[in-house]
Amino acid sequence: MSYPGMTDLKLKEQTIFERSRPGREGFSLPEEDLSSAEKLLPENFKRKELDLPELSEIDVVRHYTRLSTYNFSIDHGFYPLGSCTMKYNPKINEKMARMSGFANLHPEAPEDTAQGTLKMMYEMQNMLSEIGGFAATTLNPSAGAHGEYVGLGIIRSYFDKIGDTKRKKIIIPDSAHGTNPASCTLNGFEVVLLESNEKGKVCVDCLKSMLNDEIAGIMLTNPNTLGVFESDIIEITKAVHDAGALVYGDGANMNAILGVARPGDMGIDVLHYNLHKTFSTPHGGGGPGAGPVGVCEKLVDFLPDPLVVKDGDKYAFRNLPDSMGRVRAFYGNMGVTLRAFVYLLEYGRDHIAEIAENAVLNANYIKACLKDIYHLKYKSDTLHEVVFDDSNLENGVTTMDLAKALIDRGFHPPTVYFPLIVPGAIMIEPTETESKETLDSFIEAMRNIYETAKSDPQNILKAPLNTAVSRPDETLAARKPVLTYCKEGD
Amino acid sequence: MRYLPITEREKKEMLEKIGVSSIKELFAPVPGEIMLKEKLNLPESKSEMEIEHYMSDLAKKNTGSEMLSFLGGGAYRHYSPSVVDQLLLRGEFFTAYTPYQPEVSQGTLQTIFEFQTMMANLFKMDVANASMYDGSTAAAEAVLMAAKINKKRTKVVIASTMHPQYIETVKTYTGFLVDEIVLMEMDPDTGKTDEKELSKIDDSTICVLFQYPNYFGAIEDCDLISAKAKEQGALVIPVIAEGTSLGILKAPGEFDADIAVGEGQAFGLPLHFGGPGLGIFTCKEKYVRKMPGRLVGKTLDRNGNECFVLTLSAREQHIKREKATSNICTNQGLMATAASMYLAAMGKEGLKKVALMNLKRASYLKDNIEAKTNCKTAFSGHIYNEFAILSPKDGEETLNALKKEGVLGGIPVKKYYPELSSMIIVNTTEIHSYKDIDRFVSILAKVTGGES
Repeated sequence: MSYPGMTDLKLKEQTIFERSRPGREGFSLPEEDLSSAEKLLPENFKRKELDLPELSEIDVVRHYTRLSTYNFSIDHGFYPLGSCTMKYNPKINEKMARMSGFANLHPEAPEDTAQGTLKMMYEMQNMLSEIGGFAATTLNPSAGAHGEYVGLGIIRSYFDKIGDTKRKKIIIPDSAHGTNPASCTLNGFEVVLLESNEKGKVCVDCLKSMLNDEIAGIMLTNPNTLGVFESDIIEITKAVHDAGALVYGDGANMNAILGVARPGDMGIDVLHYNLHKTFSTPHGGGGPGAGPVGVCEKLVDFLPDPLVVKDGDKYAFRNLPDSMGRVRAFYGNMGVTLRAFVYLLEYGRDHIAEIAENAVLNANYIKACLKDIYHLKYKSDTLHEVVFDDSNLENGVTTMDLAKALIDRGFHPPTVYFPLIVPGAIMIEPTETESKETLDSFIEAMRNIYETAKSDPQNILKAPLNTAVSRPDETLAARKPVLTYCKEGD
Repeated sequence: MRYLPITEREKKEMLEKIGVSSIKELFAPVPGEIMLKEKLNLPESKSEMEIEHYMSDLAKKNTGSEMLSFLGGGAYRHYSPSVVDQLLLRGEFFTAYTPYQPEVSQGTLQTIFEFQTMMANLFKMDVANASMYDGSTAAAEAVLMAAKINKKRTKVVIASTMHPQYIETVKTYTGFLVDEIVLMEMDPDTGKTDEKELSKIDDSTICVLFQYPNYFGAIEDCDLISAKAKEQGALVIPVIAEGTSLGILKAPGEFDADIAVGEGQAFGLPLHFGGPGLGIFTCKEKYVRKMPGRLVGKTLDRNGNECFVLTLSAREQHIKREKATSNICTNQGLMATAASMYLAAMGKEGLKKVALMNLKRASYLKDNIEAKTNCKTAFSGHIYNEFAILSPKDGEETLNALKKEGVLGGIPVKKYYPELSSMIIVNTTEIHSYKDIDRFVSILAKVTGGES
């Protein structure tokens, strides 16, 4: 057995509230008589009690250190989550983001005292525009879904401006991320579903038949969530444009084509990037991300407030005339943007294409090594990810069981049960930062699970066996929600 | 390239296994006409040392980060115990994904469960979610949620004393969905919402949104606003942009808020030019199924062990798609983790002490500006750690003069309200020593022609 497996030192840890002891403190503040401050506010302005835990510094350190050991992370091992692009998060990104000049800069600092960050933002806008083939890019959106919200808001503002207010519908393929339809709703668009064809691609004739003067646009992920490149993309974008509509690109899968092809060149009018996927910024257990949006020339004026411009040798903020408005306070998750900027500096023009090349190589290698036993609903060629399903697994072993059995073998599970068009989907995206021996050991684990499902299905059905927690009852959690800690007897 | 482990030899073996002769062949589905023929126009690749030089040069150009600063207005510099950033650097936290697989994510899940509890306790609300992007988008989503609860109503009422960028954000998000957004004007004496303006709340009002302490530093009369809103059946939504104020101020639950949101950057998170911050979202339990964002809940595993999972996900985009309560997916998880660590280290004594230190410094600064400079306090309302002053000349001119002396004295209000050209918003926190404050006052006196 060459896969890592799971054994570890694991100390039990209660909640932080149970660790609390009255009178302990974990802070260090100057000694100061504050009795006068107590009198500065009338009593009816003040809270009655403050309920926070009381811990000494070592309690805090041990609590979070122990909790951290209950997590799997990229720093631990292979994280093949499809469409999530869990690549290595370089350490220099963290070091640079913590430089005082960046970390302690106030968002209301006058522009002439913030030229370093403004220059970084300006260069980042330009680099992302170049990478995507766009006229301009906003760094404001705080995550991918926020980028979608902004991109669709730009489309809405565009049609409002030209007075074409009948266009209230957006076409979305059935393979799309759930954020796509939800972002449409948030912008007041109605969703029209487009079924994929037998190759897992957009059926161009079906699309053409759906286009009319009520369609504002189509949201496409390319390559799509099956990892299949929409090779008819030019015909698709042309048909959409001919019908007076716009093409939105979901950049979740940009890692497949980074430095190799550009969405702007395909006729995509607006696209969001996920800096926490393609550009190596850490996922942080759920965020923060950043979702910059690139647009073609005719949509530039609708970008949200504000954009960074260069005026002589100075960098400054500017609001655009037909802007969709402000989409958050200040300018975006600049700490995240800075990490992605550092990442791009390291790759530069010379190496950036190697990202997509290696990502696509790794994904196709996994596919080649597993397709003899795992079923592929769609046989099309794929780029950076591959979607198998559980139909070849025997003795009632499902995708969920496989996911849990991978944990026992030392791997994070792939994305499961997505895209929805593949029942029992097992969606694997290895990324470019994994070595061949890591891929080989993952392949071995996948093959082992397939065999074990035949010979000893209980081993899989009971997985994970080596974790402190196994298959939490999600129904119970939803039926009787316990969302906060309550002391015994409360 | 240090991030790419596949060697040339391995590449050949892998291509052979795949059954193609080159990586280029793997890109065959991409039409030739859109394949890039040349390298992208990006800077040349840099080594680690070169990157460090480049970034230090940029950082040095951010002279504002090293100046004595009294900037607030929605972003606040506070003391953060060293443990917070040290713990945050554990890769197990920051390089983990969203905790969809609970068996390998109990660390994140328990941390977020504890965060939800801390926020619920601080805000005195029943439930809190796992975070939103920032305070402004949390406010916008609160209005969207309120519109779903008060479905038949059409009007949103907002106190104009809320942060102007928050107001703009709420307008962008909701402007085309509700019939009317009405602003309640400020009382020019107190800096609080004018009591007479409360009559704008009527039986068509979905919700009343107000910030406290407000953008101008004044602590709004929450009981009064809440009572008026309740009388008309409108939902009460306070917005707290300065989290540490809750170390002393009445909590939203204590004046019967229905939804309460805020910005948690003040909980020891770095400024970072305004992001990433931490959107806080809390509400009454009866509305929990209409809430946006992720929630962590406690449950039992199949061996009867207590554990944590993401829950009530039937509200969310990956399940409900176009019918979801929001489109939010990625949130500010690591910032929620950082804020939890901060609050754990500070504890109830620490947070209260910070709040009192802020109160005392703001009062000291205000008194000294009044006594020793030619600036006047703009409003009479009670304050927490920030307040508005009127400069004898244009506010920006005064601030520029201060800047020449190495001090960022505050935010020129005319940036948002051109008619308030002499007004400056000044903030102070526990970061400042009394010596810092004295220095500020003496320079302010000098540049405004007061006692120096």
